[in-house]
Amino acid sequence: MGVARGKRRFLTWAVILLLLVLTWALSALELLNRYLIQILMYVGINMILTLSLNLVNGYMGEFSVGHAGFMAIGAYISAIITVWWLPREWGPWLFPAVLVTGGLAAGAAALVVAFPSFRTRGDYLAIVTLAFNMIVKSVLENLEVVGGPRGFKDMALLTNLPWVVFWVLLTLYFCRNLVYSNFGRGIMAIREDEVAANLTSVDTRRLKIYAFCLSAFFAGVAGGLFAHLLQFINPRSFSILKSTDMLVMVYLGGVASLSGSLLGAALFTLILEFLRPLGLWRWVVGPLLLVLLMIFRPRGILGFRDPAWLKPAEEIEAG
Amino acid sequence: MFHLLAQNVINALQLGSVYALIALGYTMVYGILTMINFAHGDIFMVSTYFSLMASLFLLGLPFKIPLAGVFLASLLFSMGLTALLGVTIERLAYRPLRQAPRVSAVITALGVGLFLEHFTLALLGPEPRRFPDLLPATSWQVAGLTLTPLQLLTIVLAALIMVLLDLLVSRTLLGMAMRAISYNRPIVPLMGVPVNRVISLTFALGSAIAAAGGLMYGLAYPVLDPYMGIRIGWWAFIAAVVGGIGNIRGAMLGGFILGAVEIFTPVFLPSSTYRDFVAFSLLLVLLVFRPTGLMGRPVFERV
Repeated sequence: MGVARGKRRFLTWAVILLLLVLTWALSALELLNRYLIQILMYVGINMILTLSLNLVNGYMGEFSVGHAGFMAIGAYISAIITVWWLPREWGPWLFPAVLVTGGLAAGAAALVVAFPSFRTRGDYLAIVTLAFNMIVKSVLENLEVVGGPRGFKDMALLTNLPWVVFWVLLTLYFCRNLVYSNFGRGIMAIREDEVAANLTSVDTRRLKIYAFCLSAFFAGVAGGLFAHLLQFINPRSFSILKSTDMLVMVYLGGVASLSGSLLGAALFTLILEFLRPLGLWRWVVGPLLLVLLMIFRPRGILGFRDPAWLKPAEEIEAG
Repeated sequence: MFHLLAQNVINALQLGSVYALIALGYTMVYGILTMINFAHGDIFMVSTYFSLMASLFLLGLPFKIPLAGVFLASLLFSMGLTALLGVTIERLAYRPLRQAPRVSAVITALGVGLFLEHFTLALLGPEPRRFPDLLPATSWQVAGLTLTPLQLLTIVLAALIMVLLDLLVSRTLLGMAMRAISYNRPIVPLMGVPVNRVISLTFALGSAIAAAGGLMYGLAYPVLDPYMGIRIGWWAFIAAVVGGIGNIRGAMLGGFILGAVEIFTPVFLPSSTYRDFVAFSLLLVLLVFRPTGLMGRPVFERV
């Protein structure tokens, strides 16, 4: 058994390294054209967003609808840091630290939101997160310092494919370990029955706040990557429409599923890209897909399932 | 100063009437299904296009129809068609999910709302449409205050609808069935209440009332675009929550409060662009201190 586990670990690291080298080679040697790489980066950013939202909406069974608000905070904070405070040549070296700072800011905002909202009953988290999303957008539109409704620009192009892949892997690693830990069992217990979870000594209030903040952290990181990929952000990019896109990705790929999150993000991003020739009708597809999914397959394609290679060895042995 | 305040109160009453009419739809559906119908704002948006359609058609006819007739016909046409839309949405999108987890229904509602927006956008193009003037543009001076026919009509129509609805819910058999379903849904079918028909009628009523609000809004702010339902819908939704969601009188109160917030924000703050910030902050503060709204009753979960 020990040997099998060692082999598994070795294989995992080999695959991760291979992926990083491959993505670096793809962009450095210009094996793919720019447009394709750009789309791959969007897929990656959406994967981070979907994984993080799935933590709250899928695994914990709460209903957060304002994820774009956290993404906005991460995007603006990291953009402000690289544009105003960091010398331009330091940017590439300190980029991870900048992203983490943006993520922490988003996490702190989540703490402020979570503190009052988890005291109220179920539906109200949806209302509170939505209100949060609207407030963030409204504040950004009124802050002339960061450009108001015109947006914030002049970021350097710091996001590249290897960085995106690195952060996707990190998020996946983190979420996977989290989900199969005691913490993960706790938040799943909250999903199944909060009162019962409380009675079996799960500190539901604290776990909910932790999960919510962690989820916001990764949304903030994704926001930072997004800002330094587009090199231009405005409040409208983080409207409720963006939050709904994330919901579609979660419920398309699969609730409470890591592989589902990856699949949902990839499918949704690529489908929208392929439908470009449809013009305005393209935007009808997402909402329609969401409604049909909810009626005919509310768990999504891979809901509550994950392939064996994503699960820890104990989980597989236990069956 | 007092004069300005009084004038703004009239404006707030006018806008508040519209918000209250839309908030009624949110609160009725929540009361009966405990479901937040996030598509309601977009149903309102579609209704303004229905009344635009009707009034443009009637004004374009070769013979002249009195404006009052055009107004009334547009109102009835739009209310009827919007009621049909509401019932259709309930039948196709919400009824299959009646037994599903509540989150699924809420997400579906968000999806339906976005679908309506983007469908309208793709069908009619992104250019905003102009709403024709159906009411005389005169104004009366009462005690130094300006009052337009539109303001008077909006307030009177909204008050009339609210009184009728209140009577309907408290005095008729249909109202009794609605209250019974919201009180205890599993038991009600056993008493011989046709639950599905009552729910359909609730959606029809809520949508028709929103359509009345839609026409009055279109006349007051005559530029229509497919995304207008987002903001109005959210504001009406906040109104419903502030008043206590599920409570019909609360929705009216909330509507007037939100109308006042919108009108008085530019009076006290540097710009009207702060209004969303003020409204949603009000919502957050209220949820922290009075989660059930001003007139809602607390709900306890039985283990």
